[in-house]
Amino acid sequence: MSEAYQHPLMKYVRKGALRQPHCPGCGNGIIAQCMLRAIDELGLDMGRMAFVSGIGCSSWIPSPFFNADVLHTTHGRPLAFATGVKLGNPELIVIVFTGDGDGAAIGGNHLIHASRRNIEILTVLVNNRIYGMTGGQVAPTTPHGMKTTTTPYGNLEHPFDLCKLVEAAGASYVARWTTFHVKQLVSSMKKGLLKEGFAFIEVVTPCPVQYGRYAGLKDPAESLLMLKNLSVPLSKAKSMSERELEGRIVIGELVDREMVGLTKAYKQLLAEVEA
Amino acid sequence: MKTHVEKIIEPGTHFMMGNEACALGAIAAGCRYFAFYPITPANEIAEHMSTLLPKVGGVYMQMEDEISSIASVIGSSWAGKKSMTATSGPGFSLMQENIGYAIMTETPCVIVDVQRCGPSTGTPPIPMQGDIYQARHGSHGEYEIIALAPSSANDMFLLTIEAFNLAEAYRTPVIVLSDALVGHTTESVEIPHPSTIPIIERKRPKEPPEECRPFLNEDVAPMPIFGSGYRVHATASTHDERGFRNVDSPIFVDSLVRKLCAKIRKHRNEIVKVETKYLEDAEVALLAYGSVARSALHVVRWARREGLKVGYVRLITLWPFPDDIILDVARKVNKIMVLENNMGQIVNEVRRVGGGEAEVTFLPSKILGTIHEPSYTMEKLKEVYK
Repeated sequence: MSEAYQHPLMKYVRKGALRQPHCPGCGNGIIAQCMLRAIDELGLDMGRMAFVSGIGCSSWIPSPFFNADVLHTTHGRPLAFATGVKLGNPELIVIVFTGDGDGAAIGGNHLIHASRRNIEILTVLVNNRIYGMTGGQVAPTTPHGMKTTTTPYGNLEHPFDLCKLVEAAGASYVARWTTFHVKQLVSSMKKGLLKEGFAFIEVVTPCPVQYGRYAGLKDPAESLLMLKNLSVPLSKAKSMSERELEGRIVIGELVDREMVGLTKAYKQLLAEVEA
Repeated sequence: MKTHVEKIIEPGTHFMMGNEACALGAIAAGCRYFAFYPITPANEIAEHMSTLLPKVGGVYMQMEDEISSIASVIGSSWAGKKSMTATSGPGFSLMQENIGYAIMTETPCVIVDVQRCGPSTGTPPIPMQGDIYQARHGSHGEYEIIALAPSSANDMFLLTIEAFNLAEAYRTPVIVLSDALVGHTTESVEIPHPSTIPIIERKRPKEPPEECRPFLNEDVAPMPIFGSGYRVHATASTHDERGFRNVDSPIFVDSLVRKLCAKIRKHRNEIVKVETKYLEDAEVALLAYGSVARSALHVVRWARREGLKVGYVRLITLWPFPDDIILDVARKVNKIMVLENNMGQIVNEVRRVGGGEAEVTFLPSKILGTIHEPSYTMEKLKEVYK
């Protein structure tokens, strides 16, 4: 027998951390691999990176899987913890993994303010449009009218457009992809890792177990294809009406602008105070 | 040539507000990250920190609330900075979940609570000692915590330094339980030369990363800070000595909780500090802490002038409670009169420890939110003394 095959990205995985908590068909494995590919293609040293996550399915992407410094924090607060990590040591590359419940509901205010401060953190917000880990409750991203374990008569509310929120709050970079668009996602992550300022990537992902049982999308391949079919590239979306865009996922790089990041501005302030 | 710190920490006697002394103490202790959300009566700490920190290369960060303030403080501590936040009752309540996170991940940090009248919004500028139990048990679950009670502006300087030293030594959050009276009083503060101030730094690992056990050591595990090559995994889920999550059985919960508690309990007598005076022949001891202790000492001296054998006990450490010292006091005297600016919090601890040895009575302020008026205390003391 020849030597056992080892995945080329295994060097980025923490020893003894292979047991995965994700359900069959979950998109989190795809997102994890996209992040490791981005790091690999850029040749970054994971020993100089700090991953910060909150509570929810998405928080298990780096924790304890990635062989880097990892801070697995409280529900909704990873961006607040990450703000301290980045300002505590601006030399570290700081990446936050959060979800739609973690980042848009309980932690929504921290998302707004991290964007406004334009702090140099890459945030990957994994949007499965439901509370998966707790059993399929309605989220601020759940489509209007959808039934969940806590909207048995249908969701009265409308989903959040998180990219618009982050753009309005002042982030340097904003993109949205689905787990179908892996090439684009890797390329966006590479851009986000190098970007000065707050970089935000929303990844819409299938959740066959919790979202799928209500949406009739229990089959992983089918739910991935559904995301592909719902996606509209930004260029095409520009010529579509609001009505035509209802329920669709606008994908692409929505914002890419040059602005001074917070730790760089702080460094300048320190130099001025010293002088 | 003077260093930046020496320019800020100027030795000598200064006329200074308690909250300013707290900021200076933090800088002297090596604090280089301070996060804050505006709240009365703690604002002056932030105003001074925002001025001083950039002068020593540190970071002042005004966050969107107290939840994010304590969260960023913990993040910054993992990035290697000595970190602090300050607040008052409402903000302290918001911080409780993440204080539990700091306990669980063994993160050194300092939280200053300049207590005000509650419950809820209450009366912001009026002092009260209402957060004693919140400091002890405010976060969910079973844990031990360290809390110190300054009585003066001078204490705000010294005990903020002490809080950092304890936080670093035991890898734990330490709470400075001040109040609006101590924080807002301007009085003389003795600043020693920075070189004479003992400073403790957290233990860092020397062993290679694969041998490092950065959590759950009763004698305090070394702390590998982020970016130092240890690739540490810090989680508030039940975990083992390496930081790996393990929630498979209550056996792991049992082991974790016992070790975290033992880290403080085992070292209780090295941590606690109590100031005593006039105890040798005392029949009654007045026991107090924080701002109330100053009025208590005044009454003790007055009673002594009148020939009453009254002693004085001031708790500097509130948590862990100084069990052994208070038991000794209870054995020496017949009665202990506990003075607090609340409806009775620490008195329950005094009863638990010393109730079998001495008669323990409680005297709240005549009007809550005000200091014990000495003649009122004297009148009540004489009733107890009989």
